Amino acid sequence: MAGRTRAIGMRLAQTVPVIIGVIVISFILTRALPGDPAVYFAGAMADAESIQQVREALGLDKPLVTQFFLYVGDLAQGDLGRSISTGQPVLTDLAARLPASLELTLSALVLSCLIAIPLGVLAAVRQGSWVDHLCRVLVTAGVSLPTFFTGILLVYVFYYLLGWAPSPLGRLDFIYFEPPRVTGFYLVDSLIAGDLETFAATLRQLTLPTITLALFTLAPIARMTRAAMLQALSSDYIRTARAAGLSRGKILFGYGLRNALLPVVTTLGMVFSFVLGANVLVEKVFAWPGIGSYAVEALVASDYAAVQGFVLAMAFLFVTLNLIIDLSYALIDPRIGFDTK
Amino acid sequence: MLNIRDFAVSFRTRRGEVQAVRGISLDLSEGETLGIVGESGSGKSVTSYALMRILDAGGRIKAGSAVFDGRDLAQAAERDMQAIRGREISMIFQNPRAALNPIRKVGHQLEDVLRRHGRATRADARAKAIEALEAVRIRDAEARYDAYPFELSGGMCQRVVFAIALACGPRLLIADEPTTGLDITTQKAVMDLVRDLTRARGMSSILITHDLGLAAEYCDRLAVMKDGQIVETGPAAALFADPQHSYTRKLVDATPRAGAGLRDLLPLEARTPLADHVPGDRALVQVRDLVKTYPGKSGPVHAVKGISFTIREGQSVGLVGESGCGKSTTSSMLVRLLDRTSGDILFEGLDIADIPADRFVRDKRRSQIQMVFQDATDSLNPRHSARQTIADPILRMSDLRGTALQTRIEELATLCGLPLPLLDRFPHQLSGGQKARVGIARAIALDPKFLILDEPTAALDVSIQAVVLNLLADLRARLGMTYLFVSHDLNVVRLLCDHVIVMQGGEIVEQGPAAQVMDTPSHPYTRTLLAAAPKPPTTNTTTQAAKSAAE
Amino acid sequence: MTQATDIPGRKPDGAWAHLLHVLRENPVTMLSFGMFAFFLLQAFFGALIVPHDPLATNAANALQPPNWTHWFGTDSLGRDVFSRVVVATRLDLTISVLAVAISFVIGSVLGAIAGYWGGWIDAVLNRVLDTIMAFPLFVLAMGIVAALGNTVENIIYATALINIPFYARLVRAEVNIRREAGFALAARLSGNSHFRTLAFHIFPNALPPMMVQVSLNMGWAILNAAGLSFIGLGVRPPTPEWGIMVAEGANYIISGHWWVALFPGLWLMLAVFTFNLMGDGLRDIVDPRRRT
Repeated sequence: MAGRTRAIGMRLAQTVPVIIGVIVISFILTRALPGDPAVYFAGAMADAESIQQVREALGLDKPLVTQFFLYVGDLAQGDLGRSISTGQPVLTDLAARLPASLELTLSALVLSCLIAIPLGVLAAVRQGSWVDHLCRVLVTAGVSLPTFFTGILLVYVFYYLLGWAPSPLGRLDFIYFEPPRVTGFYLVDSLIAGDLETFAATLRQLTLPTITLALFTLAPIARMTRAAMLQALSSDYIRTARAAGLSRGKILFGYGLRNALLPVVTTLGMVFSFVLGANVLVEKVFAWPGIGSYAVEALVASDYAAVQGFVLAMAFLFVTLNLIIDLSYALIDPRIGFDTK
Repeated sequence: MLNIRDFAVSFRTRRGEVQAVRGISLDLSEGETLGIVGESGSGKSVTSYALMRILDAGGRIKAGSAVFDGRDLAQAAERDMQAIRGREISMIFQNPRAALNPIRKVGHQLEDVLRRHGRATRADARAKAIEALEAVRIRDAEARYDAYPFELSGGMCQRVVFAIALACGPRLLIADEPTTGLDITTQKAVMDLVRDLTRARGMSSILITHDLGLAAEYCDRLAVMKDGQIVETGPAAALFADPQHSYTRKLVDATPRAGAGLRDLLPLEARTPLADHVPGDRALVQVRDLVKTYPGKSGPVHAVKGISFTIREGQSVGLVGESGCGKSTTSSMLVRLLDRTSGDILFEGLDIADIPADRFVRDKRRSQIQMVFQDATDSLNPRHSARQTIADPILRMSDLRGTALQTRIEELATLCGLPLPLLDRFPHQLSGGQKARVGIARAIALDPKFLILDEPTAALDVSIQAVVLNLLADLRARLGMTYLFVSHDLNVVRLLCDHVIVMQGGEIVEQGPAAQVMDTPSHPYTRTLLAAAPKPPTTNTTTQAAKSAAE
Repeated sequence: MTQATDIPGRKPDGAWAHLLHVLRENPVTMLSFGMFAFFLLQAFFGALIVPHDPLATNAANALQPPNWTHWFGTDSLGRDVFSRVVVATRLDLTISVLAVAISFVIGSVLGAIAGYWGGWIDAVLNRVLDTIMAFPLFVLAMGIVAALGNTVENIIYATALINIPFYARLVRAEVNIRREAGFALAARLSGNSHFRTLAFHIFPNALPPMMVQVSLNMGWAILNAAGLSFIGLGVRPPTPEWGIMVAEGANYIISGHWWVALFPGLWLMLAVFTFNLMGDGLRDIVDPRRRT
């Protein structure tokens, strides 16, 4: 299986130019600020002296190439600058808030996969039935719904009208204490602490934002599952399996779904891109203390170091997620690493 | 053993119900091999899927019965059918590579079937699967067990599909175009294996094919299908020698075979005398030490390894070989779509190999060297009407415009037998034969001296192939063109060519006058190719026609 | 195909007849084109027909629920929500149409060149696209607008940039599979230069799938622009724009003033929905194979 090792190596190597590209783009973004970047980075309250300090700290008085290497050097040390609004290093802020965002994103993804994949499979198997129509309506509606609007609607219905949901303010109602931090995921941490009450409270807070995000990601996953399943079911090997008398379950799941999941795994990359973007909006609607709302607050306060740090962090997160997806794809698909013409 | 009565299958489509099979009756006895022959759309494959009850969504058996061993397959419950499929009746398919699950080891796919039908347990499944692979004469079966389909050749995949079909000892095998798309030598190996193993096990089999010659060679009895109906059944030899139905006669005539001339492929009434075809003496194209090497991931790939040949004016040269032999690369270089690595191509004595393919477009000899492509569908722009397609070369390379242009287009269409009203149709509104005519009209639009025919009939039904081959012969006579006919099929090449070049592995292994190469081949590879080609029984009509043609 | 031979002499439909045929055949397409016309009318004439000045504030009238004077109610400053929603159509459509047009043109040219010639051009383009795609797209748009400045033009550029990879990749793939197709080779033999072959023979065949992409992207572009406005980037108050209006309404939803956010959100959703539905219809219109 030398071909596979090489293919995996190639994939790892491919991330290098991408990471360089990401750094270059984010460097350009920090320097593309109209006017004097130092003024922006120093913040609205800065005086001439502190602006000069920032200019020197950022190396803005040096040639662009030198500036770039200084920037890379800073990045290598994990220095993304200091946030004006919190006074903390941007990296520290992001690290503190990342678990909140991840907890929300991952639970939304799990929820939407749990719904979308069976739905897509059913729609493909019963093509033309009511499940299929339901799937199509959900898919078209799902991609048409602005997440921030869905969030607001859900809040109105389930908080204001029905009173089922807690107030849309953060990860935990103020009457509860944060569970002792282990992973940063409240659901996990509260279980580790054995605090079921906090766990339930976390779950209640999490429900609406998760559904909001999941509704949005449901569409591409269900659409892809349906299409991939239809294609798999109409392929020649399914006919062979049927002609060999294999059972319906074996044909649908062992042969059909296993093949259909490959393109679905590939779309997950795109879904991550959407979900990380939509996260920002959903966090704002639900006052979720993640990195998305951090970036929005920073935008309002013209806290550019924080915004750029956020963009860069999201890019790294996304590159890593894509890498994981592609590597796991290589593990499921035996054809990876072979030149098939 | 299998009695089919008034069997009818229909499909629900958006345009209403379509009758694919319209009440056919067939009988198959123990140990017999039946061939179902028909052209595309005749309903032959649908019949086999309906028997197995694996029709696609929308298809259903409308009427009739198919009694197998006392059970009516048309009425049997799905549960019973699952037990019959693979255990009592099994199937092999065309395009064997796609017929296997691409992400499952072939050994596991075999085990699935064995365990499903209770022929193996978890403990002995592996051994039984290897046994099944060995049964279809796969060497080194132990290693092949762990292979994925993409790691195997097409012929090997077909053997695996066959192993799956035979694994549970069925009594009837249905083979649906099992060798379409395989090379001719592989085709023979697969067909021989199928015949030997089914005979040895006393199985019955049904061979579904478009190739009357193949069916006649391997089947005891033939049934000819057209438009969902069986027009004629009978013992293979008798049916070939004395076809009763006019359609069968047309099919028999159109099948290329030893001793038949070009005109013999056409129905009797269309056999007008063929114009004389005398090649000149002057060399039109000379190829010297032509080499093409591609850079490959694991070292350079030598596609063409220094070949030389000469094509004289008015001559028709056949270039024959199996896939990967370098014949397509050679024709691409000759038509100046591909740059050679080294060597000369002399056209009318001048080297054209030095002009890069990119720049040859503007050379005045561009219009002199043209090509008819393999797949008529693929070679027509889906967004252009037939008229636009034929007009394109005239607009680009001549000054004809306006009425003169339209006149020329209509003249070309008439010459190629394309009815004028079809000129404003798009490719998807034309039949396969009509598309081939449009492609030929485009190629001859500027009266080329040298025309390369790249398997121009490979994708066509045999009766259309007969018409197109005759059209090409007529055009050659009228326009005095020189042909290079690229093909894998020696039987077809024999019909049109005076001279034959046989290629293998990028080299020419044999060349000479057509009759000499075909009748007294000197190279073993040529002999293998000739031996592998299906040999339909020679018929009375042909010999008579051949005699009359000779007179 | 057999049917084609049955009716010789029938002329193929003209472009207009074909359009009508596509609309008539598929009710969903008909519906989506009707809704599209509805939005176009608002975009062109909205400012002329609305009953109130979308910018006129009236504190005495603040937060009125929908009634006969104010069909969609009023917002916290007493502005008429209906007028604002209708007038906002022009801005939102302009942003998405311009953004998609820019990315369509740039993406098509880059993708076609890379797909046809391959080699290092292809490799470089792929790396650049990979880099753009390495950012979550909405986040990149945020970064760009934050860096370039908070204006409508920058929203358009940012939206265009994040959509370029979709077109470039699609065109690249469509051109690449047809590069060696028989009809492309035949075009070369007919005396067409590489440029002509690419522009007049290969590229038009990539149009049907691109139309689907265009309609999806129009939807995304509107969502994207509205999302940016929602978090305070790009369009600034008091300009009527759906995203901002939802953002303003969001503050009043927990106190039960649902209409302030609902109607702009609904319009936004309907617009995106329209574009998503239009995709298949647009494809059918540019695909000659749908002509019968």
